[in-house]
Amino acid sequence: MAKMKLFELAIARSGDKGDGSNVGIRANTPQIYDFLVKELTAERVKDHFSRICLGDVERYEIPNLQSLNFILHDSLGGGGTETLKTDAQGKVHGLGLLHMEMDVPSHLTDPARK
Amino acid sequence: MSDKKVRIANGQGFWGDSLLGPLRLVEEGPLDYLTFDYLAEITMSIMQKQKSRNPDAGYATDFVGMLERILPTCKKKGIKVIANAGGVNPRGCLEAIREVVEKLDINIKVGIVEGDDILDQLPEMMKAGETFKNLDNGESVETVLDTVSSANVYIGAKPIADALDEGADVVVTGRATDPSVVIGALIHEFGWSMDDYDKLAAGTVMGHIMECGTQATGGNYARWREVEDWVHIGYPVAEASADGSFVITKHENTGGLVDIETVTSQLLYEMGDPQRYLGPDCIADFTSIQLEQDGRNRVRVSNVKGSEPTDTYKVSMSYHNGYKILSSLVVPGPDAVEKAQLIADTIFGRAELLDVKIPEENRFVEFFGNNVCYEGILPPPEQPGEILLRIGAKGTDKKALDTFGREIVPMLLAGPPGLTGFAGGRPRATEIIGYWPALISKHLVQTRVTVESL
Repeated sequence: MAKMKLFELAIARSGDKGDGSNVGIRANTPQIYDFLVKELTAERVKDHFSRICLGDVERYEIPNLQSLNFILHDSLGGGGTETLKTDAQGKVHGLGLLHMEMDVPSHLTDPARK
Repeated sequence: MSDKKVRIANGQGFWGDSLLGPLRLVEEGPLDYLTFDYLAEITMSIMQKQKSRNPDAGYATDFVGMLERILPTCKKKGIKVIANAGGVNPRGCLEAIREVVEKLDINIKVGIVEGDDILDQLPEMMKAGETFKNLDNGESVETVLDTVSSANVYIGAKPIADALDEGADVVVTGRATDPSVVIGALIHEFGWSMDDYDKLAAGTVMGHIMECGTQATGGNYARWREVEDWVHIGYPVAEASADGSFVITKHENTGGLVDIETVTSQLLYEMGDPQRYLGPDCIADFTSIQLEQDGRNRVRVSNVKGSEPTDTYKVSMSYHNGYKILSSLVVPGPDAVEKAQLIADTIFGRAELLDVKIPEENRFVEFFGNNVCYEGILPPPEQPGEILLRIGAKGTDKKALDTFGREIVPMLLAGPPGLTGFAGGRPRATEIIGYWPALISKHLVQTRVTVESL
């Protein structure tokens, strides 16, 4: 096991959806995708964004794209046109997720360093 | 026939995108169609207001200026243009294009698509049983009906294809969905039927990949160091085949990056349920998409599956939802955060002396520089050298908010030392335009296509 940030395992993109945001994350390899399906649960993401996301977190699996999609409800301080926050559209939420640190099995870490 | 390739590009990710996109796309490589996406939810409301002051206004004026620059090249190379630039007045846009065409002394056919603007029909539609319940929270539209300032249906690709079938060189729509401007061209070129849902879904995926312009070609990409030559970043170009498969690429000798990661990043953008990407013409299943690298800066997209659409269209309404005011001050260290908090409390306190009491839940205070975009994820820096204090409020009383706003800049003379960077002077309250998503039965919506030779 090694402690790693998701930055080393995946890429991500985020944007607004009503008064929430979506964060899509793509694993660097199929093996890392399987690991994320198991470990990167909606609960874990909700906990990571607990100060930003005030609603529920939903998760969708997209195996063909080696990707997971998270919907972060009530995460913009009001809708995109109403909020006064700097990150009014949740553009930073993708990078925010990549800051998460995980315990990664060592057999995954070599191919992860693309 | 089966080898036929159609090249479609998107030169505009949003209203405000770089002028360089369309200019370079038509000049720097082969192209059959150039599409533009101008409309965000809030745009329709602004356009409706412009139209209420001037019946000839209410469309994307930038588009007409851009046409003047690119039409000679488009005419020479046979590039057709499709844009949802009509806003709430496609006919007004047509008249503006007429002037441009006369000035350039060329002959083209321009098609417009109308029928998405249902603002005037809302009362009768509600009498006929439409509820327009808010899709996000289920609320009844009655609560905001008096303040609705725009109402537009997200229409599909068929009327665009019809305009092209009638020979249009330029097609201007109102609130067509972003992918529809792409799908319309595909239906026209390949003669796809409106119940061939796999093909329509493939067009939807193509439109989704390209609708944010350079976000598919290296922009906003997590591994930004891999992206080459940002100055000359290429815009997305799709090479479409009749079977629904296509290649996403960009013109030769442009910057940026097209690989499976950049294309996937854009597929994930604004995604909801990946198996049910709802459009007016089909439901696309993003879990069916196959991507493969097809040479440098080329990604092949295939195997897209789709199914029958719902019997409703999405409607986007905007309404008046109070006012907001926001300003900022630069607070230098030492003790920047402590000072910023004192300043914020003082401004709200002084507003109270002027009989403006902003309730706690309507106050907004942000210490930018203190990792606010990573709140709860990264700890604030120990002692930030400087902080941008962003302070504001929301409310229903515009005058009260303006009174509060007057008390922000005076802190330069009546606060802790070194305050600076008061951007823009005294702030003013602006209207909050609320967004109301709803559904409408398809049979109530009648689109109309008009093609004119100019």
